Amino acid sequence: MSLWNRHKIFEKNSIILIVGILVVIAIGGLVEITPLFYLKSTIEVVDGVRPYTPLELAGRNIYVREGCYLCHSQMIRPLRDEVERYGHYSLAAESMYDHPFQWGSKRTGPDLARVGGKYSDDWHVTHLINPRSIVPQSVMPGYPSLAKTEIDPSDIAAHLRTSRAVGVPYTDEQIANAAADLKAQTDPDSPGSDAFQKRYPKALVRNFDGKAGNPTELDALIAYLQMLGTLVDFKLYNEKANLR
Amino acid sequence: MTMGEAGLASGLAVFAFVCFLGTAMGHDQAFSFHAALACAASVISVVVIGNRYLDRPAELPPAEIGGRPNYNFGPIKFASAMAMFWGIAGFTVGLIIAMQLAWPALNLDLPWTTFGRLRPLHTSAVIFAFGGNVLIATSFYVVQKTCRTRLAGDLSPWFVVVGYNFFILIAGTGYLLGVTQSKEYAEPEWYADLWLTIVWVTYLLVFLMTLVKRKEPHIFVANWFYLAFIITIAVLHLGNNPALPVSFLGSKSYIAWGGVQDAMFQWWYGHNAVGFFLTAGFLAIMYYFIPKRADRPVYSYRLSIIHFWALIFLYIWAGPHHLHYTALPDWAQTLGMTFSIMLWMPSWGGMINGLMTLSGAWDKLRTDPVLRMMVVSVAFYGMSTFEGPMMSIKVVNSLSHYTDWTIGHVHSGALGWVGFVSFGALYCLVPWLWNRQLYSLKLVNWHFWISTIGIVLYISAMWVSGILQGLMWRAYTSLGFLEYSFIESVEAMHPFYIIRAAGGALFLIGALIMAFNLWMTVNAGQASETEGAGALQPAE
Repeated sequence: MSLWNRHKIFEKNSIILIVGILVVIAIGGLVEITPLFYLKSTIEVVDGVRPYTPLELAGRNIYVREGCYLCHSQMIRPLRDEVERYGHYSLAAESMYDHPFQWGSKRTGPDLARVGGKYSDDWHVTHLINPRSIVPQSVMPGYPSLAKTEIDPSDIAAHLRTSRAVGVPYTDEQIANAAADLKAQTDPDSPGSDAFQKRYPKALVRNFDGKAGNPTELDALIAYLQMLGTLVDFKLYNEKANLR
Repeated sequence: MTMGEAGLASGLAVFAFVCFLGTAMGHDQAFSFHAALACAASVISVVVIGNRYLDRPAELPPAEIGGRPNYNFGPIKFASAMAMFWGIAGFTVGLIIAMQLAWPALNLDLPWTTFGRLRPLHTSAVIFAFGGNVLIATSFYVVQKTCRTRLAGDLSPWFVVVGYNFFILIAGTGYLLGVTQSKEYAEPEWYADLWLTIVWVTYLLVFLMTLVKRKEPHIFVANWFYLAFIITIAVLHLGNNPALPVSFLGSKSYIAWGGVQDAMFQWWYGHNAVGFFLTAGFLAIMYYFIPKRADRPVYSYRLSIIHFWALIFLYIWAGPHHLHYTALPDWAQTLGMTFSIMLWMPSWGGMINGLMTLSGAWDKLRTDPVLRMMVVSVAFYGMSTFEGPMMSIKVVNSLSHYTDWTIGHVHSGALGWVGFVSFGALYCLVPWLWNRQLYSLKLVNWHFWISTIGIVLYISAMWVSGILQGLMWRAYTSLGFLEYSFIESVEAMHPFYIIRAAGGALFLIGALIMAFNLWMTVNAGQASETEGAGALQPAE
């Protein structure tokens, strides 16, 4: 019996055909995905990387909601021009607490993996509200409504709790104080800001949108942008540590 | 009343009540809005099921009339009409976002109209709404015809087509309201994903049960591809989307995977949405509609076996080529690249099998613009499946990644291959379903040429802009400094974005001509004889 005839078994039995398809499509995914959960280079912990503060997380959710990733990547490749233009190439650890990841696939605008600290808060305020007032050739949409919308602090603790359930190591203390921390990060003079600094060492505490009052979506988004790529101190990072 | 009618109606009634509670108690407006939509849709469905029960004869439609299968065309007609509707909607949104990139004032700076919210609307509308309805319509048609049996189930095929379009409605309105999990081509949030899972499993069961009760000994090759498409999309959907909602009364969720693992899951999903939704499913269309229209048997049975198994085996590995030079381990990138290059072979196997089916019937290309459309689609398939493996080579990718070249590549596949083969299939299907002659072949000819010129403008503009962008980013002065700031590369794109929008406009005009042609076919076309037996042969 020729080999071609043996293919009849698939053509005459729909269940065997399904099983055949399932087996054939399972192999590639299993080989490529499973090791990522235990390989050292993909699960390394790097000094400085911490979960997002409540305000940063709220800002990140705005970044996701507005589809910023469709035009801005957050993944610097180890190529000469990218490292010179954007900074040290991105590490796996720098996005380990990102659910979902925001590496992106298109640069209609520049990469944002290390945009933190590159521009002033004022620049971001002006640019987010009307990009062309500060960069005339820009094709980015303006987001004037961010400045007018306040962040609702009531459910931020639930966001932290859900993040912890999917693997982000928030402490009970961080979750209990999430709503207070959200506010404290925009107000350096408030009594809560010291406690906030203890819970999130080195996090930026300032009034990001420059306006008095409750934190707005603009505060949150700028807080997120200003910390992007700033957590790891590359003077201390040993890139050989996880070579195998 | 059948078990199905009673079960579905009572299930939907309970669901309507749950959704009513969800509307009242929802934590955010988008969730309440969607719950209200689901509540209304469920109530309407219960009424429709009730009316249908009262109006229909006591017996359900017979499986056979006079020894010939009594095919079930209702759900197929619905899905075909929805495909045309969503196609026009998706192409229009595509044109709008193309123009937004050329003239950013068109973003209007309102939350609901910015590029970031409209872009997922465009991709989902063309891939899942237009493409998905074409796939469901053709698969339900092909599986009945090639199995010589009536579609399995009574209400379940209707549940699939209506439920699927309801998923599209929830997903699309969600994007405008800012409900997204930001995974490309998998943006719908957790409740839309759950709904799609239910619909998709029903789809698999209807398709499978029809195969099981087939009157032909062999399963025809097109059905292998449809089956692989349905099963693999189910696996990908489940693998990529496990998420934990912040509240079961709110729209926001956090995905179970994070960082590198999430990236790998995403592009394992993303690339195989291309491989199985936009390729395997549409190859099934090629395997039925081209032989049928050309009145010739499939070129090679053995080639179809080899290229089927090779295609579905190799495609799954190709995902990491979307993550070259990222924090994904190097070995995974290299694997992805290697398999992407190997994938060139089965892809061209499929192309050869489709094109060579025309052996002895090439003259029909001059007289039949519908066949010409499908043949050109296979040529575009060949072109983009050569370009894809080339772009997956790491050195090429270091230039092409993050640029418009990728957008051009996707559109040569999407407009040229998926678009044209779908148009060809609909031009065949609508006259067959409604028993009419196609209203005007001349208009098909106009559609063909206008859209072809549109595609050429689109992809050549994106080649130039993409490569220009990539070269500008890595250009150095003689002193060793980066030559261009990023914004200079943005400025240089402007003329190409205008050309691209013009190409998109032509493609949309072509589709409008098609919609008019099909409308006239159904409403004013001459009655025709039923589709003949043709030269279709079961694979053996």
